[in-house]
Amino acid sequence: MSDPIVIAEGLHKSFGGAHALRGLDLSVPGGTVCGVLGPNGAGKTTAVRILATLSDPDAGHARIAGYDVVREAGKVRERIGLAGQYAAVDEKLTGRGNLRMFGRLYHLPRRQAHRRADELLDRFGLMDAADRPVAGYSGGMRRRLDLITCLILRPDVLFLDEPTTGLDPRSRGEIWDSIRELVADGTTVLLTTQYLDEADHLADDIAVIDHGQVIATGTPDELKATIGDRLDVTLEDPAAMPEAATVLNTLAGTEPTTTDADRLTVALPATGLRLADIVRKLDHAGVAAADVSLRRPTLDEVFLRLTDHKEPVR
Amino acid sequence: MTALTSPLVRLRWTLTDGLTLVGRELGRLRQEPGQIIAALIFPVIMVVLFGYVFGSAIQVPDGGDYREYLMPGLFAMVTFSAVMGVMTRMATDASRGVMDRFRSMPMARLAVPFGQTGADLLTGLLMLAIMVVAGLLVGWQPHRGLIPTAQAFLLMIVLRYALSWVGVYVGLAVKNDQVADAMVPLGLPFTMLSNAFVPTDGMPGWLRFLADWNPVSTLTAASRELFGNPGAPSGNVAWPLAHPVTTVLLWSAALLVIFVPLSLRAYMRRGR
Repeated sequence: MSDPIVIAEGLHKSFGGAHALRGLDLSVPGGTVCGVLGPNGAGKTTAVRILATLSDPDAGHARIAGYDVVREAGKVRERIGLAGQYAAVDEKLTGRGNLRMFGRLYHLPRRQAHRRADELLDRFGLMDAADRPVAGYSGGMRRRLDLITCLILRPDVLFLDEPTTGLDPRSRGEIWDSIRELVADGTTVLLTTQYLDEADHLADDIAVIDHGQVIATGTPDELKATIGDRLDVTLEDPAAMPEAATVLNTLAGTEPTTTDADRLTVALPATGLRLADIVRKLDHAGVAAADVSLRRPTLDEVFLRLTDHKEPVR
Repeated sequence: MTALTSPLVRLRWTLTDGLTLVGRELGRLRQEPGQIIAALIFPVIMVVLFGYVFGSAIQVPDGGDYREYLMPGLFAMVTFSAVMGVMTRMATDASRGVMDRFRSMPMARLAVPFGQTGADLLTGLLMLAIMVVAGLLVGWQPHRGLIPTAQAFLLMIVLRYALSWVGVYVGLAVKNDQVADAMVPLGLPFTMLSNAFVPTDGMPGWLRFLADWNPVSTLTAASRELFGNPGAPSGNVAWPLAHPVTTVLLWSAALLVIFVPLSLRAYMRRGR
């Protein structure tokens, strides 16, 4: 792992009386993807806006590639790209027109701006739509154009604020592919998302934010390990639910959740119960199980556990 | 890419980036021929509507032709449209995230408001040219020779530029294209509350006071005087109408002094 390229220390920000950030710390090693997760209103967008020089923190400081986001904002802007929730391109212009304009605004000479526009359109599969006004693009195409607009200068750090919110699964897949390609080129990506599977697929490290602070960090696997494996039990007869719940409660030390008329799920302590023991205990209590399975928790379960201490309902 | 360091380099990039954004507005027009057609038709509709529909019922004070009386008012109305046009475009950029992208880029900070007002000036010239043609077609013409005529158009351009900065500020303040769109019709009473279409003599005192000081009125009065069209203020009239050219220049200066710094501060402010 290389040195951190994005560093935030003790960021505070409030709007009126509302505290959006209360001492946020973050550190992203170069060339990795950091997924920032958090419920709505946790402070994800505020953090990205500060890191992308759009907003000043009330306290604390942040550096991108060694430059302070407040005092050396100009230097920072030469090294970052920002793609937001809303596709920030000019709807009236064509895809090519947008890329050329932004290329010029990045101070590329005209010819180079034109060449770079064509390169990016070609590489990210938008060449066919290049000369159509963006207003006629699909949501996924717009988002892709928004994304590649950030790439004109080959930024060191790319901030993606919920890049796939509102997209259909196919378009999401396409955006994911594009992001993976960027990372292969060595770009560092800081990605906020509400989709846990997105973070699971793309992120090397995850920072979970709640109430304006980072409450957990780690790789997806590390985070999953913190809440232990899950045990799912499907009953042959739903009437046996109370008995089954009692057995699981004794085994796991916590109340299981009923996920269906005939299904229960519970988090197991990290002590390593064996499947055979579990089946035997159920059998002993006269509970007939149609299916018993041990699995890694999903990131959703990790997230819900961390952010509001409730068991997931699914 | 270039670091924006020395003031001279910064000025150069402000101009270059501003021009890029002017080019953007032209590119948008090219993508939307409908907008050009609307811009072409609008003045014609105004001339016909006011010139022939209202004109049939309105008496010009000193007995001149109503359409000669009307055209300076329509020029002023077109000039005033700068506020609405720029406001809508700024608000759209602010609400769609385009403004955030500009702010996160290493481009000149001042280029966005300057580019937007510069682009409006070009659109304004185009609209004015079409209006002139429409006017000539219905029998309007300047009577006092080249220099006063040029002065009249220059006044329109100066006031238009000043008014476009009002649009920048309001657009940045509302930050929402839907609110901005909803505000556009409010422009009409501003232009109607003036001497553009009817003399202000008949209005009740308080309303007449507002109408006489309205920049639309002073611009209309100034153009009537410079074009030698009927209805030019004479005799015992309010100060702004007795000195219309001076008042237009004062209005322009005042608007620029107030709204340029306000707009720049609103654009550069960070912390949302």
